[in-house]
Amino acid sequence: MFPSRVWLWQMAALLVPARGNVKGMNTPDDVRYSRDHEWIRFDAGGTHARIGITDYAQDALGDVVFVDLPETGREVEVNESFAEVESTKSVSDIYAPLSGVIVEVNSTLDDAPETLNEDPYGEGWICVLEVAADVDQSELMSAAEYAEFTEG
Amino acid sequence: MSDPTRDSFHTTPLYDLHLELGGRLVPFAGYSMPVQYEGVVAEHNHTRSAASLFDVSHMGIVELRGDAEHVGSELEKVLPSAIKTLKPGRQRYSFLTNARGGVIDDLMITRTNVDPGAPYVAVLNASRKHVDIDHLRANLESVEIVYRDDLALIALQGPRAVEVLARLNPAVAETKFMDVVVVELDGLECAVSRSGYTGEDGCEITVAGDEAEHLARVLLAMPEVRPAGLGARDTLRLEAGLCLYGHELTEDVTPVEADLVWAMQKRRREEGGFIGADIIQAQLANGVGRVRVGLRPTGRRPVRDGSILTDADAESAGIVTSGGFGPTIDAPVAMGLVRSDLAEIGTTLDADVRGRTEQVIVTELPFVQQRYAR
Repeated sequence: MFPSRVWLWQMAALLVPARGNVKGMNTPDDVRYSRDHEWIRFDAGGTHARIGITDYAQDALGDVVFVDLPETGREVEVNESFAEVESTKSVSDIYAPLSGVIVEVNSTLDDAPETLNEDPYGEGWICVLEVAADVDQSELMSAAEYAEFTEG
Repeated sequence: MSDPTRDSFHTTPLYDLHLELGGRLVPFAGYSMPVQYEGVVAEHNHTRSAASLFDVSHMGIVELRGDAEHVGSELEKVLPSAIKTLKPGRQRYSFLTNARGGVIDDLMITRTNVDPGAPYVAVLNASRKHVDIDHLRANLESVEIVYRDDLALIALQGPRAVEVLARLNPAVAETKFMDVVVVELDGLECAVSRSGYTGEDGCEITVAGDEAEHLARVLLAMPEVRPAGLGARDTLRLEAGLCLYGHELTEDVTPVEADLVWAMQKRRREEGGFIGADIIQAQLANGVGRVRVGLRPTGRRPVRDGSILTDADAESAGIVTSGGFGPTIDAPVAMGLVRSDLAEIGTTLDADVRGRTEQVIVTELPFVQQRYAR
C-alpha cells in the first residue's frame, strides 16, 4: 500500500514527511514486513498470518477515517488488492503480502478506523490470512531490512 | 531537510517555521504549504474548541488605489456585490464573474479606513490571483492595482482566537464579524479582520512578511494556540458549508447555481451593471437547472469530489464537488451540484465512488453551525 490516489485539492500532492520523522518510526522485531508497508505476524504453526499496516504507513497516510475490509473466505493472490484504507487525505489499496484465504477480519475498524493510527501493530490489525505452510516468504523483510528500506 | 518541494515552489515567510513545527509540506497552488502538523483531525477539533494558527500567505493581497468613490464604482463592474456602499472598516465576501455569469474567483473585499490611497483591498485565492489581477487590469479604468506580495496573512481561528488577540490589543475584542481594524500587535502594525473560512469566530491578520514569523511565534506561545494546516482548513470549511474555488466554484458555475445569491445585494441584483449580469439576472428570474447542496453519505465511506450522482431512475443527477470526513460531525460530509428538481432536503441519491454505489441524502448546509460574532 501507499497513497495511490491523493486528491486533496486540485493538485495531486505527494506527502513529504517532515525531516527526521522516518527515524522515529516503530518497527517491532516480532513481525515481517512487505515493500507495500504491511506487517505480517505468523502464528506458531506458520499457517496463519495476521496483517496490518506499518507505523510508517499510518504516519504517512494521516488520520484514517474508513477501512474497506475484505470478506472472510475470500481467496487472495500475492500482490492482489484486497482492502482499502482511506485517510482524511487519500485512499490507498492494501495488497496481499502472501497468497492465502482470508479467515478473519478486524470488524472493530468499521466503527473505530482510527485504531490503525493509534495501535498499528496491535488492535489496528486488518485481517488474518490462512496460508500454505510452504508459502513463499522470500519477498518479506525483517525489521532491520524494513527500517533501512523506509529510510532509503 | 528532505523537502523536494523547496526548490520548485514558492514559499511563504513562515516556511522555516512550518518545518521547525514538524509541518508536512505539500505543493499547493505553486507554493510549498503545510497540509498538517500533528494531524488533520486533531487540528480540526482544536480549531473548533480553542484557536488555531493557519498560514494563508499564499493568498493574493491586492490594493485597489485611487479615489474611493471612483474605485468603488469601478469594482461594481466586476463584482456583483454592493461595493461602493461598503462602509470604511468593513469587509464583504464577493466574486469576480465572467460574461457567462460563471465565477472567475471568490474573494474578500475590504473598504479600508486608514490608508486613504488604497480605499479597497482584495484577498484572492492563491491558485487564481494572477488570473484575477489580469482580469482587474483589463476591466478597471483608472484604478491602480498593486499586488502586495511583501505582506503575509495569518488566520487565527476558533472560539478562543479573539480572546488571544485581545491580550495583545484589547481593540480586537471590540470588533464584530466582517469588521477590519488596523492595530498594533506586539509592536507590529497589523490589519485585523474579524473573519475567516472555518465557520468559527476568529480573525485574519495582515502583517509585513518580514514580521510575520515574530507575530506567529507570539501567537503560538499562547496556551490556546496550535498550528493547523491546509487539511484542517479544508475539513473545517466543508463542515461550515463554504465554497472552495475549483470545487464548488468554477468559470462554469454561476453564483445562482452555487447558492450565493445572498452575496449579491438587492440593489445589484436589480440594477445589474456587472459582467455576466444578463445571465445571472435571467437565472434569478427563471431559476437554474442545478444548484449547490449539502450531501450526507449514509455509510462511513467518504464520497469525494468528482463522484457522479444518479437519481432513483438511474438518471444523471449531478456531481460531488467536495467531500471528505467531517471530524465534528464524526461522519462523511460532501457538497455537490445537483439537478434543481432533486435539491429538496431529504432527497436520496446514489454516488458512484470508484465503481461502488454509496447512498447520499441531500442535507441542509452548513453541517456545523457557523459561530460568527455578528
